[in-house]
Amino acid sequence: MSDLGTAGTKRSARHLLKANAWFVFAFLYVPIVVLVIFSFNDSERVNVWQGLSARWYGEALGNTQIVSALRVSLIVAISSTVVSTVLGTAVALALDRYRFKGRRALDGTVYLPIVIPDITMAVMLLVFFAEAFKLIDTFGPRLTLGVTTVALSHIAFNISFVAVVVRARLDQFDRTLEEAARDLYATPWRTFRRVTLPLIAPGIAAGALLALTLSLDDVVISAFTAGPGATTLPVYVFSSIRQGVTPELNAISTLMLTASITLVVASLALQRPRSTTP
Amino acid sequence: MTNPSQTTRRLRRSRWIALIAAAALVVAACGDGDSDEDAEPAATEAATAADDAPADDGGCAAGETDGDLAFYNWADYMDEELLLAFEEETGISVDYSVYESNEQMLTQVESGAAIYDLVVPSDYMVALMISEDLLRPLDFDALPNVVNIDDAWDNPPFDPEHRFHVAYQWGTTGIGMTYDVLDALGGESSWAVIFDPDTAALVPGSISLLDDAPEAVSAALKYLGYSITETIESGDEEAIREAGALLKATNERLLKYDSVTFGDDLVNGEVDVAHGWSGGFAQAFFETDAYETHVYTIPVEGGVRWVDTMAIPHNADNPCSAHAMINFLLDAENGAALTNYTYYGSPNEAATPFILDEILEDPGIYPPPDVYERLELIPQMGDLGLIVQDMLTEAKS
Repeated sequence: MSDLGTAGTKRSARHLLKANAWFVFAFLYVPIVVLVIFSFNDSERVNVWQGLSARWYGEALGNTQIVSALRVSLIVAISSTVVSTVLGTAVALALDRYRFKGRRALDGTVYLPIVIPDITMAVMLLVFFAEAFKLIDTFGPRLTLGVTTVALSHIAFNISFVAVVVRARLDQFDRTLEEAARDLYATPWRTFRRVTLPLIAPGIAAGALLALTLSLDDVVISAFTAGPGATTLPVYVFSSIRQGVTPELNAISTLMLTASITLVVASLALQRPRSTTP
Repeated sequence: MTNPSQTTRRLRRSRWIALIAAAALVVAACGDGDSDEDAEPAATEAATAADDAPADDGGCAAGETDGDLAFYNWADYMDEELLLAFEEETGISVDYSVYESNEQMLTQVESGAAIYDLVVPSDYMVALMISEDLLRPLDFDALPNVVNIDDAWDNPPFDPEHRFHVAYQWGTTGIGMTYDVLDALGGESSWAVIFDPDTAALVPGSISLLDDAPEAVSAALKYLGYSITETIESGDEEAIREAGALLKATNERLLKYDSVTFGDDLVNGEVDVAHGWSGGFAQAFFETDAYETHVYTIPVEGGVRWVDTMAIPHNADNPCSAHAMINFLLDAENGAALTNYTYYGSPNEAATPFILDEILEDPGIYPPPDVYERLELIPQMGDLGLIVQDMLTEAKS
């Protein structure tokens, strides 16, 4: 009897957990589905349904402000991803391979941008740029916040994310492979190119995708460090809701969502356990 | 994962993080302190910057430009055609960026790191920016079209000498409702429909209130019979606390606090009574043809009016271009085009013939004179601002 009882509990527990998983999934994704459906709404108002139409996609892409915001977002995302991937990987390698003065401090600080709230980081960066510009001012050129400062800020937080992801990969790294390469008289550079890099490539790619997604999504830091002509797409969307929401925003959100989901899925696929890599 | 050396390492690491986070906070605090102390030097800097500005010695000529214009405005608050027309007329290009709140704009201008030529602060923000020396006095010689502005906008309390701003668009805050509710109230709108339990019981559906502390507290003050201006200018904390208590007592009757979709919610039937801004209702009514069933009203006790203005930050690089843009928007037809786009009231008297009839005839956008007299500007709150914010936070909790 008691055996049957536990089996029954186990079974119902399993069902409950399964139901819960589906419930959580619905909780997370139903709002997104609604958002996507309403992006095909023909009405002027976001939550008044008036029939199916793709007109808002056309209007969104015909709106020069949205297109310019999209352009800024892409420039910032791509440049910050490239730079932070290179720097982040270098930091991860340095922390993993070498013992040097201040390594411990660096080890602690590299996680800081992940831990501190966006708003703190945003204010810190704004104050930093303000003070730096004041200093540069005394030598002549007058600088202003703009696309460059947004990109620099994104690099600042993305380095940490890339470094963390690459380090996780390095933790599982089999050092004997490098030793073998060196035993076979490979130069350090060649060892790096032909052995180390291919092995940590999935980590680097995952870090880069994560950086790209974070950069495309960021609102707070971008809003603080943007200057004239540097409104990013998320900042534009966030500012627009004040004036009432049109399905145009749903259309842009859907486009952004599609991009983000693609990136996240790709990043997850790349982070798969090493069974997928030799 | 539970290997001891890893645990200590993790512990050590978290200590490091804590230490560094603390250091970061200290640095941030110092940074803030610096910027406070810098307030005065910033003023002198503004003066030097003004001296450096090329065209400042003789002021700007009307229509003169001195470089591409960095224009910082609220989102969805400008007809793009106007920007294109300005670019064509002057040959300079407009670097247009948007913000979401007065405070966001203030932070950027205050930092001194973002250089904008033209910003659009609301009334109370103009006063605040003047007090912090963040605005540059306007050169009215370069603004011949300023005669188009209605005299009613001369020398407002937030800029008594009228040196720093030109009115951009204005609107009111009141109550949107269905005609059924208005009939139940006997045809006269009153804040009682929100704040008085017996009157609120007449509303068949739900009620929403703006998620904006100064607006919510002002509404409660109006219902209680206080003047917003007098209460705030005399620093009458007790009246504000009374309004806060009223908000708290009202909380259970509300469906929600909302500043974004109030117009849509009303048209959809999600709420029957909504506290909100005139333009938000007007847009929702126009776009769904809800004029037969819904109406925006200014309560008999009075409501709030506000005005957004154009102003030039102290560190603007191209003040002449900014003046050119202000003058361009003050043109009768351009002013009308702006209002025809935003559905907010235009301070531009000369623009009236060019504004769409449906906007001019809407008493929600252009209230008749007797209703207009019942409207008050919310003054700059200063230290009271924090208390006002607390009132809304407490009411919601």
